[in-house]
Amino acid sequence: MNPEQILFILFGAVSLIGAIAVISFRHPIYSALSLIVTFFAQAGLFVLLGAHFVAAVQVIVYAGAIMVLFLFVIMLLNLGTLSAKGAMSRKLKGFAVILGILLAIEGVYIAVNAINDPAVASAETATESVNTTTYNIGELLFNEYLLPFEVTSLILLAALIGVIVLVKRGNQEEN
Amino acid sequence: MELLPDIIIPIIKILFIAHLLIIGVMAMIWAERRVSGWMQDRLGPNRVGPQGLLQPIADGLKFMFKEDLIPNHVDKPLYVLAPAMLLVPALITVAVVPFGSSIELFGETINLQIADINIGILYVLAITSLGVYGVVLGAWASNNKYSLLGGLRSSAQMISYELTLGLGIIGVLMLTDSATGSALSLRTIAIEQGAYLWQWNFLIHFPAFLAFTTAMFAETNRLPFDLAEAEQELVAGYHTEYSSMKFAMFFMAEYMNMIVGSAVVVTLFLGGWHFFGLENVGGPVWSGLISFGIFFVKTAIFLFVFIWVRWTLPRFRYDQLMNFGWKFLLPIVLTSIVVTGTLWITTGSRLVVGIGNVVAAFIVVSIVAGLLVMNKAPEPAIPDNDRQITPSALDAIE
Repeated sequence: MNPEQILFILFGAVSLIGAIAVISFRHPIYSALSLIVTFFAQAGLFVLLGAHFVAAVQVIVYAGAIMVLFLFVIMLLNLGTLSAKGAMSRKLKGFAVILGILLAIEGVYIAVNAINDPAVASAETATESVNTTTYNIGELLFNEYLLPFEVTSLILLAALIGVIVLVKRGNQEEN
Repeated sequence: MELLPDIIIPIIKILFIAHLLIIGVMAMIWAERRVSGWMQDRLGPNRVGPQGLLQPIADGLKFMFKEDLIPNHVDKPLYVLAPAMLLVPALITVAVVPFGSSIELFGETINLQIADINIGILYVLAITSLGVYGVVLGAWASNNKYSLLGGLRSSAQMISYELTLGLGIIGVLMLTDSATGSALSLRTIAIEQGAYLWQWNFLIHFPAFLAFTTAMFAETNRLPFDLAEAEQELVAGYHTEYSSMKFAMFFMAEYMNMIVGSAVVVTLFLGGWHFFGLENVGGPVWSGLISFGIFFVKTAIFLFVFIWVRWTLPRFRYDQLMNFGWKFLLPIVLTSIVVTGTLWITTGSRLVVGIGNVVAAFIVVSIVAGLLVMNKAPEPAIPDNDRQITPSALDAIE
């Protein structure tokens, strides 16, 4: 086994353990922390793929910003330990099982297809593109995917304005 | 993989830098107390060793012999983990900072940098954004309302100022030519700035430089931004319940963050290891060592500014802190991005960009200040839910 394979197994295992821990812990703070561990392991997997930019963005956006907000909210609401009973209704359980099965089928389908896909095999040998991932992502975003990119930014802007309007209105009603 | 260049030299570099950081922390603790003494016209510690230089060692020994108390009511795993979660990010950020040009030894060219990764600056931002976890978890695990308030303040403050931190760099990145390497690499940014003062980034991006530096101060949780541990209101904030070496780790992390932050500012804005061509004097070995010396001195001067600011400015009130971050710093860096981009495309002259940035920043600050004065409500402009989590003494008086 070469070092990359060892690292892949390591990051993959940490990512899986973290993901299982998210749903096993009874306390929301511990769940949130496990999710951060998972994000880190995934960033490690991105680095192994040579996608340094994506790895950095993963840590900055998810581990650095979104999860801090999660923790902030959990701490502010002072959520206690969830009880074993009543955490999930029977309907939700059935729904979760169906969704889980669908996701599993999808995963197996992608894995089987990827093994036979020649593009995956060629990507493994192409290691020289490592230094230009940021450049490549920029070029793709601002040429080929310019419209989706701009639409996404508009949607985010709309969400931002919506939040401000909601907060302002709430304040006025209180006053 | 060859033994010398791939294994031994990186290990030597890592050991050297890690030890330099820890010795730097000790030196900073001494310097802080001596400089504050000097500023307040008193002596400061001068009994242990010459000029009190051994005082940090005495402090360290004292911390080690103190009882390592874990209160009964804390959340034990996180309580133990939190100091490490603050210290580790502070320690690993330095890996991408170039602390000198390069040395040629044994036929190898050794870059004076632990890892020159091509997204260096993003790595710095990513790791900096993790520093908040140590504070927040320490605060929450302490199971103490003062600690929790400190942690909440700190996380809100860090999220707000991180924006300025990230956006302040964009102007620099836009003007960094990616011909010599990835424009996001700290080494490329340092090389791209020439040998002379007027070629360094802080003159071209002066408003962004000020905003970035201010945000850096806020990220280290020091005065005037130490709302998280405001003694008069919160005992000691997030580290109220900590004692012995665990407290010392919080303390060390603060100073380590300062040192690494200064090194990053020197690299990004103050020309890195360049100083009027002095870095090219001497042979391949001496020029490398001199460049390291220049970088060291620049970082030390910037650290002095850190101490200077701490003992000069009083602490912000919480709403002032948020207003300053969101209404002044953020508009300044956003304008700086637009102005830098537009002027660079149209004129291509760094002089024009530099002047344009300063003028634009002046205009933005006057507009924001004007709007704030015009919209001044009879009541302080704090939403009620903010006031609940930050019961500052001043609000109670009002």
